[in-house]
Amino acid sequence: MNLKTLSMSVLLTAVALCCASALAAPAPDAKTEPLKVGFVYVSPIGDAGWTFQHDQARLAIEKKFGNKIQTKYIESVPEGADAERVIRDLAQNGYKLIFTTSFGFMNPTLKVANQYPKNYFEHATGFKTAKNMGFYNARFYEGRYLAGIIAGKMTKTNVAGYVASYPIPEVVMGINAFTRGMRSVNPNAQVKVVWVNSWYDPGREREAADTLVSQGADILTHHSDSTAVVQAAEAKKVYAIAYHSDMSKYAPHAQLAAVTHHWENYYTGVVQSALDGTWKPDRVWGGIKGGFIDVGPINPVVPAAVVALVNTAKADIASGKLHPFVGPMRDNEGKERLAPGQTISDEALLKMDYYVEGVQGKLPTK
Amino acid sequence: MDAFVNLIALTLAAGTPLALAALGELVTEKSGVLNLGVEGMMTVGAVAAFIVAVNTHSPWLGIAAGAAAAAVLALVFAFIVLSLMANQVATGLALSLFGIGLASFVGRDYVAKVIDGLPALHLPVLSDLPIVGALFFSYSPIIYLTLALFALTQWVLTRTRAGLIVRAVGESPPAAHAIGLPVIRVRYLCVLFGGLCSGLAGAYLAVAYTPLWAEGMIAGRGWIAVALVVFATWKPWRALAGAYLFGFVTLAQFQVQAWGTAISPQFLSMLPYLATIVVLTLISRNALTVRLNAPVSLGKPFHPGD
Amino acid sequence: MMLRLEPRPEPSRLAVWLSPLVALLATLAIGAAIFAWLGFDPKNALAVFFIKPINSWYGVSELLLKAAPLMLIANGLALGFRANVWNIGAEGQLILGALGATGIALAFDGVEARWLLPLMLICGTVCGIAWAAIPAFLRTRFRANEILTSLMLVYVAGYLLSFLIHGPWRDPEGYNFPQSILFSASALLPTVGAEGRLNISIFFALGVALLCWLFVKKSWLGFQMRVAGLAPTAALYAGIPANRSVWLGLLAGGGCAGLAGACEVTGPLGQLTASVSPGYGFAAIIVAFVGRLHPIGIVFASLLLSLLYLGGEAAQIQLGLPSAITGLFQGALLFLLLGADVFIRYRLRFVFSRLASSDVTPSPEPAPPTLPASHH
Repeated sequence: MNLKTLSMSVLLTAVALCCASALAAPAPDAKTEPLKVGFVYVSPIGDAGWTFQHDQARLAIEKKFGNKIQTKYIESVPEGADAERVIRDLAQNGYKLIFTTSFGFMNPTLKVANQYPKNYFEHATGFKTAKNMGFYNARFYEGRYLAGIIAGKMTKTNVAGYVASYPIPEVVMGINAFTRGMRSVNPNAQVKVVWVNSWYDPGREREAADTLVSQGADILTHHSDSTAVVQAAEAKKVYAIAYHSDMSKYAPHAQLAAVTHHWENYYTGVVQSALDGTWKPDRVWGGIKGGFIDVGPINPVVPAAVVALVNTAKADIASGKLHPFVGPMRDNEGKERLAPGQTISDEALLKMDYYVEGVQGKLPTK
Repeated sequence: MDAFVNLIALTLAAGTPLALAALGELVTEKSGVLNLGVEGMMTVGAVAAFIVAVNTHSPWLGIAAGAAAAAVLALVFAFIVLSLMANQVATGLALSLFGIGLASFVGRDYVAKVIDGLPALHLPVLSDLPIVGALFFSYSPIIYLTLALFALTQWVLTRTRAGLIVRAVGESPPAAHAIGLPVIRVRYLCVLFGGLCSGLAGAYLAVAYTPLWAEGMIAGRGWIAVALVVFATWKPWRALAGAYLFGFVTLAQFQVQAWGTAISPQFLSMLPYLATIVVLTLISRNALTVRLNAPVSLGKPFHPGD
Repeated sequence: MMLRLEPRPEPSRLAVWLSPLVALLATLAIGAAIFAWLGFDPKNALAVFFIKPINSWYGVSELLLKAAPLMLIANGLALGFRANVWNIGAEGQLILGALGATGIALAFDGVEARWLLPLMLICGTVCGIAWAAIPAFLRTRFRANEILTSLMLVYVAGYLLSFLIHGPWRDPEGYNFPQSILFSASALLPTVGAEGRLNISIFFALGVALLCWLFVKKSWLGFQMRVAGLAPTAALYAGIPANRSVWLGLLAGGGCAGLAGACEVTGPLGQLTASVSPGYGFAAIIVAFVGRLHPIGIVFASLLLSLLYLGGEAAQIQLGLPSAITGLFQGALLFLLLGADVFIRYRLRFVFSRLASSDVTPSPEPAPPTLPASHH
């Protein structure tokens, strides 16, 4: 074929497209507009995991506010150049309030927020704000600490296995809090960590879980997005602590408890303030206190005394009496990180890049 | 000893989906067709297997359905590249795209479902023997099926008339055509076999290994399978060894991590891929082995009427 | 009676431009059927998918922004594909390009100079070339198959990126999150147009397409490579070294992918992030073939694929179509486009069953039909 015929073919294609454009849709009518709320998800919703919990909250606000709001979600949005366009498209299409629920959406959200000063943006797990952009996050580590108490009491080998995704502070914080929770009731407890370098790869998560069991772990937990680890525990007849969502239907015997995320309360408040016209950008880091995080259904095999212990600790964390990171605290190389009685600052938490005593190995980013 | 037996068991479990998919692709390529759509076929196999297993409560029916669904997809591919003579590389890539899209579309209502996975083999006395029981008689039935399929394929390819025909078609379609062999029909069948195996591999992941269905659960294993075929220089036993080697290296790096080393997990994760490159290079140095085994007409379309 | 394909004495000019049109119309029909089945108004759904995304300058600028890397990489790869050099690791070469550009940006952070951006782009290109040189070396020196080695290196590149972004290259002020500092203004590509984020990378892409066209049509080396691809044995007799094709084919693809990666971090991203590309390196392979390995065809194929992505997003936002539909739709269109090209070289004939068996007459093996027959 030569150039002429080729460009001809393309021209015709273009003409065909233009013809089709004549059939374009009519504009929607605008009467009493409900508040349009958009959600940008990094992964498919699925049945458990990070995005699933955000979508549960979306469904909850839909139910609560009825026809006063209209919600829309865009799933599987890759972090990167495409995210900015998706967020902008939502803003352009009249979505007044937009939640972007992955760290990688921070800079794209900020860019769009600057271009659409009248829209409200809420970004999860980041640290940047603007006049019309706030961020929110949860103190997942508080739930991890409570789960650690259960694990510390239930382990027989004194070894727990932790399947982790990427060495970012949020994950490291969780590992450390879990370890401190375990050792608060069982000073001999050790935690082994395997990094799978993926948020979501059921096969690899399964392999990592099997490996940890083969090295003596009799309780598994995970910071990854699938149900593979608790399913592996069920198959290997060891215990598991699920993360993000309650996964007991996947592992009715193995799951001792689940550290669960809850965004409903927060989203309800944000939507209410947007409806009232009182929305302001905020920096929210809620925990057990604000109902952001919980330790889910505790398996009946856990003795009542242990459940009581967990409940006490939970109440103490909520009231501020207990903090998972209070000195004396050493890292696993023996260096003192907190002096006796000293409570860790939020700043130090958010930059945590060491393992505490009781975690085996060395943090990969160091 | 226990740790060793354990590692063997884990390696077999992790390497089996790779081995199955690689075997199918190997036969496809032996006939001269390059199908890069393995990832898509595995995904469709996984979702079909899971859906049927949920609805019939029979993992075995699920596995059969997975293999069949992927075979249908392979037929679409075969029609486009064999009957319409489209480019195989591009069509294979499009097949992956299509398969993944199709699977997540039909599987949307099934991500929340739970099934009892295919149980591992348990023989009354044998499986309970110390060490020997764990080492030989306690795996998922699919693992034994995979080994049998490899033995069968090896035998067919090297010892039978059918194998000779496949190889002849892959070597020189015009010559095969000239002596009256139905080139296109043979290629159709080989592509179909590739689809069946890929589907089986996906089904194994969905109803036996993890067992669950979710988007993206194949996570690149189809690509590894394609790579393993070249790595194996189109020899079934090498593909099998390669698949288990790959599984082993992946697990070994998890083991090393769990012992608590200071090596970055990213570098450890690179190991299986680097190992593949190194071994391939070593094998390829000897020109003869490659030339003797590589199907000469790989990737080239053939039309008998030209 | 049944249908059979018969070779045409010479490629049909009519079919050359009719086949993509037929494929497109067939896809629209299939799409309409799927949409109707899902309970959407097919006319409206198609309009949202194909028209809405580009009915404004902003939409067009986004289309071009997404098409630029595809165009760049596909043209580079096509050079190799025409010579039967199968680089399918452009995704890895793209990542290396992004790393190369970022390395310079981090080394000269705070420097406001005109040379910074060109240096970043050059370094990105060179890194892409270097990454592609590995399979080229292994192929020419050890005969290691480049399909496999280039593919394996994609994973290695991904882990390298992961290591750097979670470790040494992360923003020290960024709470250890996996992203680099934001690049300074002098390290960013200038944008084109009053609004939107389209940048000059589209001109790089078009420039490369032009260069490729000139190379293929006008240069002796381009001719040699085509011969080497068409008939390796003949090329050998003619004294054309096969290794040169391998090197050139792989390095061209690597360089273009590297440049595309550099343009991503200096363009829409403005920093290095944990995921640089949503699979441009693989999508570009499809683009190359849908464009029939022809530089001009590739330009339009990249626009089409880019439109499919934007259409999928628009359909999700405006119609609530599941994202899975997009993949399904893209796959179907690509199947049809690839399959329909058969009518350029073959025609359909109705024949009676006795002669219908297609395995009767021996015949020489045809050349791959995807090659642009430039001498017509």
